[in-house]
Amino acid sequence: MTANANNSHNSLLNVLKSTYRTLLFPLISIIVAMFVAVLFVVWGRGVGFFEGTSLLFKAIWNGSFGSKDSLIETFVYVTPLLFTGLANAVAFKTGLFNIGVEGQFTIGVLITAILGLISGLPAIVHIPLIIVGGILAGAIWGGIPGYLKAKVGTNEVVNTIMMNFIAMYLSNYIVMGPLNKPGVASTPEIRPSAMLWRFLGENNRLNTGLFIGLLLIALVYILFWKTTIGYEIRAVGLNPYAAEYGGISIKKNMILAMVISGGIAGLGGAIYVSGIQHNAMELTGFIGYGFDGIAVALLAKSHPVGVLFASILFGALNSSAISLQLVNIPKQIVFLIQAIIIIFVAADYIYKWIGEKRKKEAMING
Amino acid sequence: MKKILALLVSVVLFAGLFAGCAKPNQPGGGATTDNRKQTDKKIGLATDEGGRGDKSFNDAAIAGLDKISKEYTVTPQILESKAADQYEPNLKALTQSNDLVFGVGFKMHDAMDAVAKANPNKKYAIIDSVVEQPNVMSINFKEEEGSFLMGVIAGKMTKTNKIGFIGGVDMELIQKFEAGFIAGVKAVNPAAAEDLINRKNVRYAGNFIDVNKGYELAKQLYNSGVDVIYHAAGGVGIGLFNAAKELKNGGKTVWAIGVDSDQALTVPDKADIILASMMKRVDVATYTASKDLIENNFQGGKVVVLGLKEDGVGISNTINPAVTKDVLDLADKYKKAIVDGTIKVPTKPGDVKAFQAPEIK
Repeated sequence: MTANANNSHNSLLNVLKSTYRTLLFPLISIIVAMFVAVLFVVWGRGVGFFEGTSLLFKAIWNGSFGSKDSLIETFVYVTPLLFTGLANAVAFKTGLFNIGVEGQFTIGVLITAILGLISGLPAIVHIPLIIVGGILAGAIWGGIPGYLKAKVGTNEVVNTIMMNFIAMYLSNYIVMGPLNKPGVASTPEIRPSAMLWRFLGENNRLNTGLFIGLLLIALVYILFWKTTIGYEIRAVGLNPYAAEYGGISIKKNMILAMVISGGIAGLGGAIYVSGIQHNAMELTGFIGYGFDGIAVALLAKSHPVGVLFASILFGALNSSAISLQLVNIPKQIVFLIQAIIIIFVAADYIYKWIGEKRKKEAMING
Repeated sequence: MKKILALLVSVVLFAGLFAGCAKPNQPGGGATTDNRKQTDKKIGLATDEGGRGDKSFNDAAIAGLDKISKEYTVTPQILESKAADQYEPNLKALTQSNDLVFGVGFKMHDAMDAVAKANPNKKYAIIDSVVEQPNVMSINFKEEEGSFLMGVIAGKMTKTNKIGFIGGVDMELIQKFEAGFIAGVKAVNPAAAEDLINRKNVRYAGNFIDVNKGYELAKQLYNSGVDVIYHAAGGVGIGLFNAAKELKNGGKTVWAIGVDSDQALTVPDKADIILASMMKRVDVATYTASKDLIENNFQGGKVVVLGLKEDGVGISNTINPAVTKDVLDLADKYKKAIVDGTIKVPTKPGDVKAFQAPEIK
């Protein structure tokens, strides 16, 4: 009895300890990032430290959670980040760096904007159609670099970056060419049957896509820790050679992870069009959710539940760009905060990498 | 843990330095006498992705509001859009605290339409597009008229009888620049217009931001013998200026013509290769609409088109010394002919072929 209780007590302590360790660096990085942002406000506005702090945090709070409208807008930004964050997390778990989430998202946007124009379909057919279309488009876009990496050994980072540009320019060609709505730099609005339900009224862009994103978090969690595929993906990510020795195919899992990652990103693009944007716009640069997704996944340490919280943080920051500008703080402060968070989280990875290298050297030399 | 603590302490100390040297808060207009006219109207403006500091379109729109805030007691609120999906929330946020909200750029059309429909008691104005709502004023420009005058200057200045055009995106709005420019060239130098009419010397970059693309396209055109290029391509035009400057330094005589704002002033280090610029007075438009609002003359639902007659478009103040007085006089005569309606400038490149300008000496 006593031994048992002791055991469970110990394991609880261990869980708490490991959670604390996982959360420590992200939390410190967020605090330091906010702190540096305050310094810049103090410097730029010429106010005292405490005034600067209250100015910045009031603006961020008002712009993200402080009112009903801003709270809604925050979750509008959270929705696509859930998908791109998860997409990056899946690739990270396999030890791959999928910079191409941006392009897979873009191609999902494009396909949905095209499929959404089909007339005469009931919503019950049309919405599954665009969802499947988005997933397939993204999966192909992610699968190509995955296949090349596995079969020819080309670096997935380079290939996915190139695929991003192909997606962007293909999208621009179609948006400004065959499907252009005259006089506007976008495609026509998709049919009402392809639009996700805006459950807070037409004037609020929040839509059921948010729940699809939340559902997907659960699905990715199950995939990682409750299925064989997830086990294999994680094994390849931890140590590909050990995994291969254990009979797990590295190549198969690399392609699979890229296909899943791309599919999630493409789904995100589909949700973005059918819930938020309702058309594909001409892109003067990348939409950005794919790249923000990298930061979200890094901050979340590739954990699906972490992706939820990291998305809310990044969504809140994006949403508060408005209220910041209204008190004359440039919106760039948001990028500053996000960038510092990423630097710190990346530093954590480097710190660990050096630590492991030292350990190895000690083992070899010792 | 110790290291982290040390880090935090040092950061706090560092911050102390900053706090120490912070400037005392400047008192507002309380001390100085404010001789601006009183008004309780509030004005907001949302830019497109170009944002502040684009030295062109958005900056011009904001300049108009700066001018109004010098005459009346208004402090305009300005929001920049990071991406296209922020147009709608930005317009919504501005609607909450303002009487009149500007949307700068045709890309805002859909967002403006949705927000204006949802807030029928507020007033809106959009630049470069037409939104059909009773509370929206749509402000457009006759870019073809201003571009026509650029065509006259280019047609007279070319030595090789080859002239080029670089556009941003091949769409209706930019085609107005193209058509007007070619018509102007055709009026004074029909031979040089031929390769423009068949679009041999017309290039489109596909966007408004890719400086390198502008450089490449300009180099292609200049190398094929073209010596004057007019652009309607936003940031892409900077690449054109770079290419022209490089060739000029290499001893060739080539020219570029600017667009939207007086680019010899906004891009001063390239002033020596810029013949002139086609002014699009977005500042006049935002200023006038704001003034109308303050004086209760604002007309929602109206489509305003500003041309040479209204001084909405025109030739920049800064003109390269290489442009001789008789060329400018000629341009001025064409301007008069357009203003009094003798010349109707085509708006579509396809219509230029049939266009015949009456000869003016």
